[in-house]
Amino acid sequence: MKVGATIPATFGLLLIACPVGAAELSADPNAYSEPAWSPYLVGSLIGLLSMMTFYFSNKPLGASTAYARVAGMIGSAIAPRHTASLKFYQDKKPRVDWEVMLVVGAIGGAFLAAWTGNELTLRWTPAMWEARFGDSVGLRLAVAFVGGVLMAFGARLAGGCTSGHGISGTMQLAVGSWIAVICFFVAGIAVAMLMFQI
Amino acid sequence: MFESPDRLLLGLATGVVFGFLLQKGRVAKFEVIVEQLRLRDWTVVRIMGTAVVVGSIGVYALVAIDEASLHIRPVLLGGVLGGAVCFGVGMAVFGYCPGTSIAGSGEGRRDALVGLAGMFTGALGFVGAFPSLQPLIKGMGDWGRITFPEVTGTSPWLWIVGLAMAGIAAFAVDRRAAHQRSPRPKRLSTEPHS
Repeated sequence: MKVGATIPATFGLLLIACPVGAAELSADPNAYSEPAWSPYLVGSLIGLLSMMTFYFSNKPLGASTAYARVAGMIGSAIAPRHTASLKFYQDKKPRVDWEVMLVVGAIGGAFLAAWTGNELTLRWTPAMWEARFGDSVGLRLAVAFVGGVLMAFGARLAGGCTSGHGISGTMQLAVGSWIAVICFFVAGIAVAMLMFQI
Repeated sequence: MFESPDRLLLGLATGVVFGFLLQKGRVAKFEVIVEQLRLRDWTVVRIMGTAVVVGSIGVYALVAIDEASLHIRPVLLGGVLGGAVCFGVGMAVFGYCPGTSIAGSGEGRRDALVGLAGMFTGALGFVGAFPSLQPLIKGMGDWGRITFPEVTGTSPWLWIVGLAMAGIAAFAVDRRAAHQRSPRPKRLSTEPHS
């Protein structure tokens, strides 16, 4: 029932946003080649999207829960008996759910945005990474993989990520989310400074 | 195996909008995330801060008219502290966060895609280690599902107005700084960074 209203509403939001973003660009003749929107506009729209997610989906907007679900589905395919025996999945059955579809949709949405902004790329290594650590693809991919492992492990342990805690939790004034987001940034700043400054 | 089709569609629609916004906000890029952590590009903080101010007004307004309920995660202090530090280290090393790595993959960045594979592995590792992690997760106490208004016995609107005022002040400082850097304030948020 609510879905009937949501789909037009969410896409309506985008339709409203597009002209606003475009107006912002055309206001400055030098900015025409820049496909980015103002961070304040994007932040406001993400705030509205979070609010609508509470209303329509009755849950906070977050990205990291899906990883445990998908991991569970991969696990079920490879080692069904072992996966079924894991304590974690007895509470949260691995299945295709809202969170998994969020990830699928977000890949599509980002593709659409990059495509319309002419920003699609097939880069293996970010330019800034190359400037610092060289253009070895193997090194970058190995580090990206390890970073992904640490990040997802940490997100599950902390109960959320930069969206689940950092945006959805902090806007609910949740004490744990404010503690988490401060720790995310303190640790992240320390490591980024070590990697790129020293 | 599957949630109901309307829930799946809702998740998909929310994801499309979320991914679109993240990419348009430039946070699908390694450089923007890492430069934020180096305190040289404040795009991430601008987006998150604005989202929190707008969202807190919206969510608490919905709660006030009984159209939504809060979803607060319990403060299992050991898990939150240990997990958050591990997350922060991973975010700096990877150069994306869970939402923005999805958006980065949509933009075609292949290192983000490999990091996604790492994230599935990390999540699986967490699930496997879940029983033996219990002492760490619960070791420093469970404060429950608490919010600042509850703990202090104050109105949430006091906090929300405070947040909004802090946000407006930060916005004003930001605009002023941009004015001093260049006479065209419109370029503020979209300036390329070296």
